[in-house]
Amino acid sequence: MLSSYRFRRFKDKIAYVLCLLCVIIAIIPLASIIFEVIARGAPQLSLHFLTANGLEGGIGPAIQGTLILIGLTSLIGVPIGIMSGVYLAEFGGNKYASVMRTINDILTEFPSIVVGITAFSIVVVGITGSFSPLAGAAALSFIMIPIVARTTEESLKLVPTSVREAALALGLHHWKTIIRVVLPAAGQGLVTGTLLAIARIAGETAPILLTIMGNTYFFQGFNQPMDALPLRVFLNSRQPSVAVQAQAWGAALVLILIVLTLNVCVRIASRRQFRK
Amino acid sequence: MRISVTGDAIFKVAAGVLVASAAVILFATLYVLSTGSTIVLQRFGLGFFTGINWNPVEGRESFGVLPYMLGTLVTSSIALLIGVPLSLGIAIFLVEMAPKVIRVPVSYLIELLAAVPSVIFGLWGLFVLRFWVLNYIETPLSASLGGIPIFSGTPFGLDLLTAGIILAIMIIPTVASVSREVISAVPNSIREAAYGIGATKWEVIRHWVLSYGRSGILGAIILGLGRAIGETMAVTMVIGNAVGPTAMPTSLFQPGQTLPSLIANGFLEAPTPLEKSAYMGAGLVLLLISLLINIIAHVMVSRILKIKGGAVE
Repeated sequence: MLSSYRFRRFKDKIAYVLCLLCVIIAIIPLASIIFEVIARGAPQLSLHFLTANGLEGGIGPAIQGTLILIGLTSLIGVPIGIMSGVYLAEFGGNKYASVMRTINDILTEFPSIVVGITAFSIVVVGITGSFSPLAGAAALSFIMIPIVARTTEESLKLVPTSVREAALALGLHHWKTIIRVVLPAAGQGLVTGTLLAIARIAGETAPILLTIMGNTYFFQGFNQPMDALPLRVFLNSRQPSVAVQAQAWGAALVLILIVLTLNVCVRIASRRQFRK
Repeated sequence: MRISVTGDAIFKVAAGVLVASAAVILFATLYVLSTGSTIVLQRFGLGFFTGINWNPVEGRESFGVLPYMLGTLVTSSIALLIGVPLSLGIAIFLVEMAPKVIRVPVSYLIELLAAVPSVIFGLWGLFVLRFWVLNYIETPLSASLGGIPIFSGTPFGLDLLTAGIILAIMIIPTVASVSREVISAVPNSIREAAYGIGATKWEVIRHWVLSYGRSGILGAIILGLGRAIGETMAVTMVIGNAVGPTAMPTSLFQPGQTLPSLIANGFLEAPTPLEKSAYMGAGLVLLLISLLINIIAHVMVSRILKIKGGAVE
């Protein structure tokens, strides 16, 4: 209080500079990651690298495996997630729903390696008897369900109550109102939520490390070990050979392209939604 | 009429059952980990939490998770020490200082940082950040302060410090975005009143905005802590992966191990049921710590964000 006005103004300027510095410091790693992944990954890219199997020095099985995992996981995770979100948004006033909402939120922050152990014990040991795409998809859907449920609930809440009332007044059943009117009205939100969840699971490594194990060959069946991009990045980065490590950067470039493209798409889609 | 009632009821019940899948996953995880770890817990009892050995050799088996609990504690503390001030600076800058033109792109870039898969953080940490930390932080520190125990040893770059720094970077998006929401939720009347008695912008932020939002910011920090504790791949790739007594953290420049990295490294290779059970036990400890932290964070943050604009506390 005793400090002069000029000194207080000076402190104000210093604070501004420090906060700006925080922003710059946080952006340096992002810039460096993107730069290094492109600089070290791009020289690897070739048709052969993207399509050949592991023995021939390609990451074809990893790309195929990631796509299979995204497909299988979405098949499990999207319907369950959306129905959960529907319940929370449309019937969510009771105690049961608020407990489920809390558990759902807590599951979003679950350590992903623990999810991997669960899927390993239940699916790998109990069902398929070996590392498998099914176990990987189970582990990833444990991560996807809470994300989709939350974004679904949020986008359904944005649909005005008057829309529901109009549909009900026309004589539609409640469930038909939800399926035919409310869900389509929230369509864009559902799509962006799903895409975000896909971007998240596409990059998850810890759960699939314990469930699909990796493979140098292309897909060999739903009860056989499989490869995936993040797993390939991890396994190759641990090899002593420089050439194999370089392949890890190539795989990282493909992975980051998938993940960032999904994120940018979501960004553009949600901006359009705001303009409406 | 009866049909309509049934259709609605079926739909509601179906949705009500599916919404419980999160709870089913949670309890399945608790079940798997607690039954999986009974062998090791029965054999070693409390010694499992205080032991420092990790010896699978038959006849001399000994498993303890103390070094990894401490490793988790050390790396998460470094992450908070570095990550929290940076995140708060970012949040303050975005809400209170930045002109609109750069607010949108900057917050977009911070969100993008959250989108980078952790295995890519790990790859970058292993081949790039490691050498930054080694050359610009560890070598000078070791030369000048090498006598202090926590800076002792020969710096190598793959150690507790590097793991902590990479965690700091990874929690920034979480802590920054939640604190940003907390700070934006501070009502403008508070700011106007403070300006009204002649405070500068920084004084308004420091004495009014931050103290008004402090419990929400604490929630954001705890959320970041939860993230740091559970993070697996990036840490596994840069921490050096010591096992057994050598994993006891004594110096920051020493290879270590956290609970998640221990599991990621050894779970699949564990040959005996006893060792597998020990990894399950490590998973159980990790799960319980992370559940506790996330429940606290959830209670704090949701309470703050729910009464946006209203009175806090």
